[in-house]
Amino acid sequence: MISISEMTKRFGRTTALDGMSLEVEKGAVFGLIGPNGAGKTTVMSILATLQLPDGGRATISGRDVTSDIEEVRGLVGYMPDFFGVYDGLKVYEYLDFFASAYHLPEKGRDRLIGGLLELVNLGDKEDFYVDLLSRGMKQRLALARCLVHDPEVLILDEPASGLDPRARAEMKEIIRHLGKMGKTVLISSHILPELGEICDQVAIMENGRVVVSGPVEEVTAAGGGSRVIVVEVAGRAGELALMLEERPHTGLVEADGRQVKFFYRGSREDQGALLKEIIDGGHIVIQYHEVRRNLEEAFMAVTGEVNGK
Amino acid sequence: MKGNPVLLKEMRQRFRTFKTPLIISMYLLITGGLCLSYIYMRWRNMPGYYQPGMSRELFITFSMIQLALIAFVVPGLTSGSISAEREKQTLNVLLVTRLKPLGIVLGKMISSCSFMVIILLATLPLYNIIILYGGFSPGQLAGVFIFYLVTLIAFGSVGMACSAFFKKTGASVVVSYIIVLTIMAGTILLGAFIYEVTRVPGPGSSPTPLISQILQDLNPPMVMLRILGETGMARSLGLPYWGVYTIFYLLLSVLLVWWSARQLRPGGGKGMTWRQ
Repeated sequence: MISISEMTKRFGRTTALDGMSLEVEKGAVFGLIGPNGAGKTTVMSILATLQLPDGGRATISGRDVTSDIEEVRGLVGYMPDFFGVYDGLKVYEYLDFFASAYHLPEKGRDRLIGGLLELVNLGDKEDFYVDLLSRGMKQRLALARCLVHDPEVLILDEPASGLDPRARAEMKEIIRHLGKMGKTVLISSHILPELGEICDQVAIMENGRVVVSGPVEEVTAAGGGSRVIVVEVAGRAGELALMLEERPHTGLVEADGRQVKFFYRGSREDQGALLKEIIDGGHIVIQYHEVRRNLEEAFMAVTGEVNGK
Repeated sequence: MKGNPVLLKEMRQRFRTFKTPLIISMYLLITGGLCLSYIYMRWRNMPGYYQPGMSRELFITFSMIQLALIAFVVPGLTSGSISAEREKQTLNVLLVTRLKPLGIVLGKMISSCSFMVIILLATLPLYNIIILYGGFSPGQLAGVFIFYLVTLIAFGSVGMACSAFFKKTGASVVVSYIIVLTIMAGTILLGAFIYEVTRVPGPGSSPTPLISQILQDLNPPMVMLRILGETGMARSLGLPYWGVYTIFYLLLSVLLVWWSARQLRPGGGKGMTWRQ
């Protein structure tokens, strides 16, 4: 559905995208993760036909985003990370304006707009002025705007940004529902646990490239080659943490009560040798096991490795 | 209007509030008051007698005030139309729709200029008061209004081009006013300067250089005075002064509108490098 190949984009001396490649299947809810400046917003705006890449190619449903702009715009609904609304327009008029901007016939617009407002839980706000809506309502209205021309692909850049927990939960539900409706959703967010709950697949970006991508389970289990290990000891957990920090292949060591959690990049044999070393150091080991990482931990591990930490 | 969603939306936003009719009413009240006061004072000095020449004087003054108003208001209305959308972060969502950049630019320009057009049309009854006393022809009045329209389109397109090019409304407004000031005063000053520099010293009049003639024909106040029957520097151009003015400014407007639309295409201008 979305195919990006060796895409590059520079802004002056800054390289925003550095040979990025990515494949998103039809009907997938795909999460794009990365630190600030990784290139997420740039790739999204290129896919939305707002910018042209310097090199490489991107297609949506086989249509090139640089040469088939008209067709791509009909296929894509785009919600930028920051957006404003028009003063002095009512909710209905706002959506009606975008419906006409997508050349939708006037006949049937009433029903379409009513349905969209119901979908985003704004059914009772039709006659409200958009600039008077709360932040969460504006975000949901923006989502309704993205859907006005019934696009196959939704590109949502930080859709839950700045929302309170309740509004975030509502937004999450709506996106999940859109996934079930068969829309292909490309979404970026810095709230990684939530992204893990919504997405089927994710890609972690760093320095303008995709470092790892695949189903959420695969990325969290194997991404980057490092593992998360938890050691539970009878006492002296702080001392153990200090010891582990000095050992090779370890990183991001955290002590919490009797538990010490750390990332390990060594071989399985080295991992066994490390256990022996802990026991030889006089620690009483109650548990020593590998845990399944969440998306946040996978992200930290992968980006940490890319940056050589 | 139905064919251009941007125009419809802008009109709805602009004319929905109480502000617009209030401004128009205030303007009419002030200009109407000034006209009637002028006529009254003239009449009071010479009871029962009103010279058509006085009416003409009033017509010229009033027309010049309206021209100054166009130069002052139109760039202000258009120079923020696209840059403000960029600042309010509403431009991107507009650009990803199926609207053509030219449609967006035209919609915004027409809606911005329509406010000024309404003000000008609303003053027509005031001109009729002056017409009652004679001193100028309805043809001259039509000429003045066509001239207003051409000037309004030209200044509006200057504002649009600045608005499309500059990221910030502040910069766009300042540059628009500098360009309009150059057109309003710079053209005639430069024309007069060239004439003085190339003039042969001694008695008798020297021929006006072609460039000075063209600059005179491109100067709005000079063209306005000519429409009202005043004379300027001698000219030898084959094309009438109003022809030079209309052709030049309409061509310039077409070019500026086309260029503004180009700025809104992906990778088309500074405005698109919004991440920098």
